[in-house]
Amino acid sequence: MTALIFFLFAGLAVFCGISLVVQTHPIASALSLIGVMGSLAILYLQLGGEFIAAAQVIVYAGAIMVLFVFVIMLLNAGAEGVSRGSSPLVRFLGIFLVAAFLGLISFTIQAMLPPSESVVFGAFQGGTALEIGRKLFTAYLLPFEVTSVLILIAIVGAMVLARKEI
Amino acid sequence: MPPFILISLIKAALIAFVLLTTLAYLQWIERKVIAHIQIRVGPYRVGPHGLLQPLADVVKLITKEGVIPSNVNKLFYLMAPWIAVVLALISIAVIPFGPEITVGPVTTWMQLTDLRIGILFVLAVSSIGVYGVALGGWASNNKYSLLGGLRSSAQMISYELPLALAVAAPLLLANTLSFRDMVNYQSGYWLGFIPRWNAIPEILGFVVFVIAGFAETNRVPFDLPEAENELVAGFHTEYSSMSFAAFFMAEYANMVTVTAVGTLLFLGGWTPPFPEPYSNAVPILVFAFGGLIAMYHGLNPARRMDRFTLPATGIVFLGIAALFGVSLFVPVLKTILMALFWFCGKIGILLFIFIWVRGTSPRFRYDQLMRFAWMFLFPLSMLNLLVTGLVVALSSK
Repeated sequence: MTALIFFLFAGLAVFCGISLVVQTHPIASALSLIGVMGSLAILYLQLGGEFIAAAQVIVYAGAIMVLFVFVIMLLNAGAEGVSRGSSPLVRFLGIFLVAAFLGLISFTIQAMLPPSESVVFGAFQGGTALEIGRKLFTAYLLPFEVTSVLILIAIVGAMVLARKEI
Repeated sequence: MPPFILISLIKAALIAFVLLTTLAYLQWIERKVIAHIQIRVGPYRVGPHGLLQPLADVVKLITKEGVIPSNVNKLFYLMAPWIAVVLALISIAVIPFGPEITVGPVTTWMQLTDLRIGILFVLAVSSIGVYGVALGGWASNNKYSLLGGLRSSAQMISYELPLALAVAAPLLLANTLSFRDMVNYQSGYWLGFIPRWNAIPEILGFVVFVIAGFAETNRVPFDLPEAENELVAGFHTEYSSMSFAAFFMAEYANMVTVTAVGTLLFLGGWTPPFPEPYSNAVPILVFAFGGLIAMYHGLNPARRMDRFTLPATGIVFLGIAALFGVSLFVPVLKTILMALFWFCGKIGILLFIFIWVRGTSPRFRYDQLMRFAWMFLFPLSMLNLLVTGLVVALSSK
């Protein structure tokens, strides 16, 4: 059952990821990205990261992507035309080149990483809000605080840049 | 012990049926209440006091022609209302209606499923719900719809912040993200008679929650996305037939969700406001009183048909009162009925406030709406959260 759900949503994530690149309309691409995030949230949930899953949906799908969609709507961006610059031969060869390139990358990554034991669904129990909060405010306190300062700088920077425009 | 899946299916079917019926009749109640606020009678022709009006509306909406305007983005246009309604209905899965009950061999909770992150789940689902409205407005190829969709997404993003901050304060107090534990935390009484509801220490948070809830559900006075004097009907201007019905259902389902979450987080869920032996008398008295009033008016009928309908209504009410009375001697029945009575009663009161406000209050201007969210509600909820955090931190040492 868990394997079935995993393959279903892993497949959905890959499908939405491809759709994100292939779609010509910005809104369709944005919705595909939401599909990727939703599927990833389900995968996190399966791995026991329930808080991360909820945060993924609330923050990425519910806040950041809403802003994306909002801006696309405000700009009223239409569908982009597909560029047809390259010849059929080049496209045909391109498929093999991409396949070879991806294969090389995945081989290298697998060779570099230490051999990992197989994942057991439900084995990881540290994904509750309690555990994450405890880790965040003890072991990872400094990175957490530094990140919040970084975000503050980004907010101030955005305001300064926007003010110049006015 | 029947399998888990079978019990879940039965519960899901029951909850879906009750929820959909409630949504249909909520609309009837809203029309009636607003009509009486405005000294009209409201729906009256279809069935006694218009009671069959929701059914007639459903038939009308199903049999109407679904118009697709020219040059719309068909996929998104048709998808949007169903995104809205599915996401609005899904939240009910984690809402508990009552405590654990044992019927015959089965022991189960009056709830579909209890997630450890139940409250986050509701927040997540409601935060995605904005896509239905935004997409519908954008895909309609209509400037009014587009403006309505944009307004709605801006409004929902803005009001989600105070809503989430208001929700966070009771979470700090109860130290849990599960609705079940939240209600358990609120059971019991201070000094033996004051209920330990979060609404009492968190009165500020509760007020912020209700106001932000109005905005999240696009209700008056925050119904800018469908302001008819400027935007025709806002994001659903171009929708007809079932697509329109889906948007409509989504709005009412969101109302039910917001009130249910408010009840669970702030008003103690299904726990009664008085200690045990006294609270048992309340439903009996309420229904008996209602029945007696109907009986009395049946004796002095204003119209000829009232001579039959009012006593019949009175008998039904007295029957319900008797059922509550009998349930005092049947523990299972008592647990179910009392929990449902208090839970539905609290939700009903909150829903009535929603309708009441719609009947009596004018609409905000758009800049007022945004200023209110960012300049007033957000700092207020932040302050509330800070004070709550401080108190929790000091008292836990």
